[in-house]
Amino acid sequence: MAHAEHTVVAPAILQEVRPATLPRPVLIANHRDFGWITDKICGIVEGKTPTWWWWCFGVACFVASFTVAGITYLVATGVGVWGHRSPVNWAWDIVNFVFWIGIGHAGTLISAILCLLRQKWRTSINRSAEAMTIFAVVCAGIFPMFHVGRVWYAWYLFPLPNSNGIWQNYRSPLEWDVFAVSTYGIVSVLFWYVGMLPDLATLRDRFGAAGNKLRSWLYGLFAMGWRGSNRHWSNYEMAYLILAGIATPLVLSVHTIVSYDFAVSLLPGWHTTIFPPYFVAGAIFSGFGMVLTLMLPLRAIYKLEDLITPYHIDCICKVTLTTGSMVGYAYAMEFFIAWYGANPYEGFTFINRAFGNYAWAYWIMVTCNVVTPQLFWFKKVRRNVALVWVLSIFVNVGMWFERFVIIVSSLSRDFLPSSWGYYSPSIVEIFTFFGTFGVFSVLFLLFIRFLPMMAMAELKAISPQADPHATEISHGT
Amino acid sequence: MTKDTKSLPMSAQPYGLIATFTTTAEAMHAAEQVRDAGYKFWDVISPFPIHGMDRAMGIRRSKVPRASFLGGLAGLTTGMTLIWWSGAYNFPLIVGGKPYFSPMFAFPVSYELTILFTAFATVIGMFLFNKLPMHYHPVLKYEKFHRGTTDRFFVVIEARDPRFDAAATRALLTAVGGQEITELED
Repeated sequence: MAHAEHTVVAPAILQEVRPATLPRPVLIANHRDFGWITDKICGIVEGKTPTWWWWCFGVACFVASFTVAGITYLVATGVGVWGHRSPVNWAWDIVNFVFWIGIGHAGTLISAILCLLRQKWRTSINRSAEAMTIFAVVCAGIFPMFHVGRVWYAWYLFPLPNSNGIWQNYRSPLEWDVFAVSTYGIVSVLFWYVGMLPDLATLRDRFGAAGNKLRSWLYGLFAMGWRGSNRHWSNYEMAYLILAGIATPLVLSVHTIVSYDFAVSLLPGWHTTIFPPYFVAGAIFSGFGMVLTLMLPLRAIYKLEDLITPYHIDCICKVTLTTGSMVGYAYAMEFFIAWYGANPYEGFTFINRAFGNYAWAYWIMVTCNVVTPQLFWFKKVRRNVALVWVLSIFVNVGMWFERFVIIVSSLSRDFLPSSWGYYSPSIVEIFTFFGTFGVFSVLFLLFIRFLPMMAMAELKAISPQADPHATEISHGT
Repeated sequence: MTKDTKSLPMSAQPYGLIATFTTTAEAMHAAEQVRDAGYKFWDVISPFPIHGMDRAMGIRRSKVPRASFLGGLAGLTTGMTLIWWSGAYNFPLIVGGKPYFSPMFAFPVSYELTILFTAFATVIGMFLFNKLPMHYHPVLKYEKFHRGTTDRFFVVIEARDPRFDAAATRALLTAVGGQEITELED
């Protein structure tokens, strides 16, 4: 290989045009150095368990027990304990499944799509957003697994030889969903783990230097002997890029396939071609809402203002605004097509959606998903952390109602008026869903306690002092 | 057991010499000069990937994509074969009057398996090309190694390099600005 000269020579044209030097947004405030970043992030893991953590963990375990109770009762009695009955045979179970899986999508978007787009602000939030993805997939998986009825037959979903000798129906979007969601869960874990490898090595070495042999050994076990060799970084960065490159089509395909569960059916209100992009936009929207809901309290508790700057929050708000507007556009377009398509059933479904038996849910959805995110147009709103957090809750609520409206309002008024019905959840369903927030919180609390919450190596790599030419340019011109 | 061996000759063959640098730019310039001196078995250790260090070290493009490609190919083949074999060969069953097999309906599952296998091949390939896991390594025994995953940069030149010469290599590392040049025990 030719010996490349690394001295920076400014092109002559720059003398003539004299380009304005635009200030770059500061991603790590107060000129924090490598050591400070390491101490800050590792300190969270190394320090004593805070009292608030134990309180939150206790409450989270208590809430999670509701899911355990709900599911135990379901398994012991039968799937009839849920409020489903004809014509509404899919309701909260699938609503909650789509809700949780959608939340997960922002994690992959931040870690994969923003990585490909070279959005450096992702580094402060990608680790915890990926954790959010994995835990959301865990919560999502509970629902389809138990709604099969006899959960001990759930393995029939996978192509494993069984005594009937029969195989899965690969023509069904529900089977596609099995593969999409399991692949999504596994690839998210791989991506998360690979990203964490250098940081686990940092923890190993810090615990080792501090004389804590057991923890050094445990982190070292998972760090795989990582030693920061540049020959390793070369392969590592390539692998990370490829994972980002394949996670991007994956995340788009997962929610596309989730939307096929509905779009491939013939039910008015479900049978629309707009569903895949509309679901993907909605998923990213809800996920960014959840990122804000989780990260803003953590930022305050752990004093991470130097790493999650107002600029980061600003960027997240803008993505939320964009995807929220896309969702709003999709709502409008659905109505337009229902009218323009001149199908009386389709037309009825949409009028019923807005003004029929579930109109209350529809207008909650529109308020939370279309109206309130528009406040993010204003910089004053985006810079007001407390207000942003409140608005993020609206996003979460709105996106849950979106799935509820799509699924339940379409089913409750199907082709045959004699079979129409009104669905309300049973207490068992409410318990099960409520408890998943506890399951999610338990996992997330364990994550922030025992694993590096931010990608230290990536944060260091984007800090100004990581650029080997930074000083040369300022001296040279 | 590690000790400062600046003055003490070691009885065993040393693994190599390690030098410390405090800034990215210093490490980068040192790497360029070690590369130009013609060393082959040497390394730079940094807490994060340094942009441009591959070129400074003369490392060729990573081979991980080859593993990824093979994984993806295997995934697509597995998906299509699985669906053809189970639905059209092992237990042919007419569902909705549809053909026993068509790459159209087999596509979503094959697509997901392509991604799944690519991901595994990429991660496993990355570990294999890096010769990891390797929980024991002479560099890890260096008593100040923990700074290398925090905020310091190391250049390590191995003794097995044909150009390695305890005195000359140490002089080179000193000349390129390395500090705390230490002999690593194998």
